Amino acid sequence: METITSIKPLLAVLVSLLVTPLLVSSRTPNVREAWTFVAAIAKFLIVLSMLPTILKGTEIVYTVAEFLPGAAIKFRVDSFGMLFALVSSSLWIITTVYSIGYMRGLKEHSQTRYFCFFAIALSATIGVAFSANLLTLYLFYEILSLATYPLVCHHQDHEARSSGRKYLLYIVGTSIGLALPAMLISYNLAGTLEFGNQGFLAGTASKPLIGLLLFMFIFGFAKAAIMPFHSWLPAAMVAPTPVSALLHAVAVVKVGVFSVVRVLTGVFGTDLLLSFDLGSIILVVCSFTILVGSLIALSQDGLKRMLAFSTIAQLSYIVLGIGLLSPKGLTGGMLHIAMHAFGKITLFFCAGAIFVATGKKNISEMIGIGRRMPITMGAFFIGALSITGLPPCGGFWSKWYLLLGSLEANQMAIVVVLLLSSFLNACYFMPIVYKAFFCKPEDSLFENKVREAPVCCVVPLVITAVISIVFLFYPEPFLELATMTVSRIMGVQI
Amino acid sequence: MSQQYPALLIIVPLLSALLISITGWINKRLCFPIAVAALAVSAYSCIGLLLRVVDEGVIVYRLGGWDPPMGIAYYVDHLNALVLVVVSVVALINLIGSKKSIELEMPGKTAPFYALYVLQVTGLLGVVVTGDAFNLYVLLEITALSGYAMLAMGDDRAPLSTLNYLYIGTIGACFYLLGVGYLYIVTGSLNMVDIANILPPLYESKAVLAAFIICLVGVWLKMAFFPLHAWLPNAYTHAPSAASSLIAPLVTKVMIYVMIRLILTVFTPEFTFNILAISEPIVWLAVVAIFMGAILALAERNLKKMLTYIIVAEVGYMVGGAWLGNRLGMTGAILHIVNDALMTLCAFMVVSNVAYKLKGYAFDDLKGLFRKMPFTMGAFVVAALSMIGVPPTCGFFSKWYLISGAIQSGQYAFMVALLFSSLVNVVLFFRVIEICFYEPFSDHHGHGHDHHAEPMAEAPVSMLVPLYVVAGGLILVGIYTSDIVNYVIEFAIPKSIL
Repeated sequence: METITSIKPLLAVLVSLLVTPLLVSSRTPNVREAWTFVAAIAKFLIVLSMLPTILKGTEIVYTVAEFLPGAAIKFRVDSFGMLFALVSSSLWIITTVYSIGYMRGLKEHSQTRYFCFFAIALSATIGVAFSANLLTLYLFYEILSLATYPLVCHHQDHEARSSGRKYLLYIVGTSIGLALPAMLISYNLAGTLEFGNQGFLAGTASKPLIGLLLFMFIFGFAKAAIMPFHSWLPAAMVAPTPVSALLHAVAVVKVGVFSVVRVLTGVFGTDLLLSFDLGSIILVVCSFTILVGSLIALSQDGLKRMLAFSTIAQLSYIVLGIGLLSPKGLTGGMLHIAMHAFGKITLFFCAGAIFVATGKKNISEMIGIGRRMPITMGAFFIGALSITGLPPCGGFWSKWYLLLGSLEANQMAIVVVLLLSSFLNACYFMPIVYKAFFCKPEDSLFENKVREAPVCCVVPLVITAVISIVFLFYPEPFLELATMTVSRIMGVQI
Repeated sequence: MSQQYPALLIIVPLLSALLISITGWINKRLCFPIAVAALAVSAYSCIGLLLRVVDEGVIVYRLGGWDPPMGIAYYVDHLNALVLVVVSVVALINLIGSKKSIELEMPGKTAPFYALYVLQVTGLLGVVVTGDAFNLYVLLEITALSGYAMLAMGDDRAPLSTLNYLYIGTIGACFYLLGVGYLYIVTGSLNMVDIANILPPLYESKAVLAAFIICLVGVWLKMAFFPLHAWLPNAYTHAPSAASSLIAPLVTKVMIYVMIRLILTVFTPEFTFNILAISEPIVWLAVVAIFMGAILALAERNLKKMLTYIIVAEVGYMVGGAWLGNRLGMTGAILHIVNDALMTLCAFMVVSNVAYKLKGYAFDDLKGLFRKMPFTMGAFVVAALSMIGVPPTCGFFSKWYLISGAIQSGQYAFMVALLFSSLVNVVLFFRVIEICFYEPFSDHHGHGHDHHAEPMAEAPVSMLVPLYVVAGGLILVGIYTSDIVNYVIEFAIPKSIL
């Protein structure tokens, strides 16, 4: 593997951190938002500028400080990290537009604080994506947990306080209680924390200890919301919707999943998991989360809460894909990071747009809303299709690969789980869309007159919906990045 | 000039303490600059000394030109050079940051306070720099007596809690002296290196064993090692802000240094870890200390008192780390002396700032503090992260070494205790942060109502700048951990410890 040294990964991480003093000192909201845009676009461009290098098969490394041998603060941009960084940095730009529409539309307080911590959270997200070792990943993981706390508690009322407590308890509690000791034990076993193509734990410990470490890592990164450590995510929905959209459908939760995937592939290695037959444990845990998450989503009336449970189920798809330990399964799991991100963010944007325009939060109050907000609900329909995994949306690709992967791994039960889950997805999404458009005029709760949310809210959700469709026809560069990663890890061409 | 650093760093503040008390009669405004100048000279000498030690190795300085073992010798090796820098820098920064607070809290007594402050620092530096077991006792008493006087200047309950501290502290010092007496009987020497050379044939002697145990208990009393901690919380809580933010970070840490010095130099690791074989029970005591410190801190509803219990838990970290008996644990303990001094300083300086503006630091007084004092609270968050152990703050890295040491020696209870304490610290600090983050709830639902916000009332710049120096230091020390370990601590631990 060819590597080059460049400071670009560090810049990509720092650019949004360095802009925070400018945000605080900005005189007017417009100047402040301008700086956010500058940071978001700069971040995206820096990430994008590394893409051609990565696609050529070269990796970019940069060491900030060596703390112990094999445990430095170090960045390494590879195809998988690039995939995640591209998703989150591109969606930050779109979310910033949406934030402006949403926050100003609702005349929210403390917007400067909101934009500052958003920027810090994105720094940490990119930091996780580009981590070269477990220590760096842990560092940014913790920064992200803490930076999102003020965002979750933005409303500063009783509900926000109790949700914030739950959020910290689950996320920081598990990372210190499980992931940190697991990391230290791994370091003492292997003498390094550097991610390898086939991990670094192989041959260092017995099966029970490896199994214990696996357990500690999977549940230690509770941002992945694998049951039973999932209930922080519905609680975190008290945050303003752009936060839910970018952080709790893309950045934060995907950081959790990304960390789990990194650990499974880069710390344990697929060969080790195969030889100890630990994949099946992952499959059982994830299948449980997928089905139970979807079933709970069915019973929710709050739209954002329903989306949260849907996210919990969808996140486990990604880990499940890795747990299959087959090339197509891995591809599907990694691809799902991108596909789910664009689909779910669209749905959250829609939920927020509905709230800004009508003040409604519950699904039962949205009958006939398609007449009033046709663009929003149209986008909602596309997002729902993408999550369900139906054409004409990008979500189809990842489910397709996951199904192929489970056939490849000869796991018929997982095929059933995936199909059942798609069915459940359709069950909780389609009634909303149906009732929004096709109710009797006398049942409709809204006037038959088009009044959409502010344009800053509508444009982003249209963009993400369109991108979701485009992905069906052109899933690049994400598909290529995912296949590159898998062929590097497993040594096979797909 | 640089040859005289070991003497300068003691003599200058000692004479300045006298000068300050005389100047206090003439012009009170001169006291502060003299104190700052004296401590600056000390800090400069200490840093120079550390650099020299890193370059040249151990420095032996004969006080007054007398040869040991008769004369007093100052041994400066990597261990005490590092602690000297910590003590002098912490004292200097805290002094600069406390000027306004001292003037506000003790308007009539500024001159004596500055004199005591400088004397206290003299004592602490002396304890660290000296290579003579009896001289250490003398300097310990200088530290203690000036400390009692400063602590007693606090609120109404300060004299009583200080009296309590005085009793316990005196007993502790007496224990130490008694232990040194035994050693003198056995070896006929008071010089630490000399004692270490004479002792090996006497390792089986009951008198040596008694000397060691008695010294150790005395030091534990002074460092508030649970269950010998009872004097600490009240004495520190009721003290003036400036005194507690000097004494809380330094005194317990210097006592940890003394313990490590006894282990490493006087009695040698061979005796303490191999012959005595009491490491394991002591690590268990440390586990209990950590648990109890954490639990007692949870019960507090007062910011400053909560922090004092965290000190009790942190003492457990260092004692446990030092007694793990391996290189990683010892590295962690020494590194934690540096880190804990800095983060305790940061936390107590925040308390000073809060006390300066709010006249109280019970939890109920803190509501909405993020809006009132955003800069102070920013530093508080950094201190909190460091105490929790979030990278890249320095607290993470010492915890890393401590836990690694625990894993290496198979002391999993100590690992669990450290993780438990980290988790409790999350609860402790986020409880405070939560209180400070939320305004008093109004009838309206939170959305977009700014009308009840209180105006910003931040502490003066002269208090904020030193605070931010410390907060920045927490992160810098964290990032440069590897340098501190590789260039300093690595040489401070004898090769015999693996």
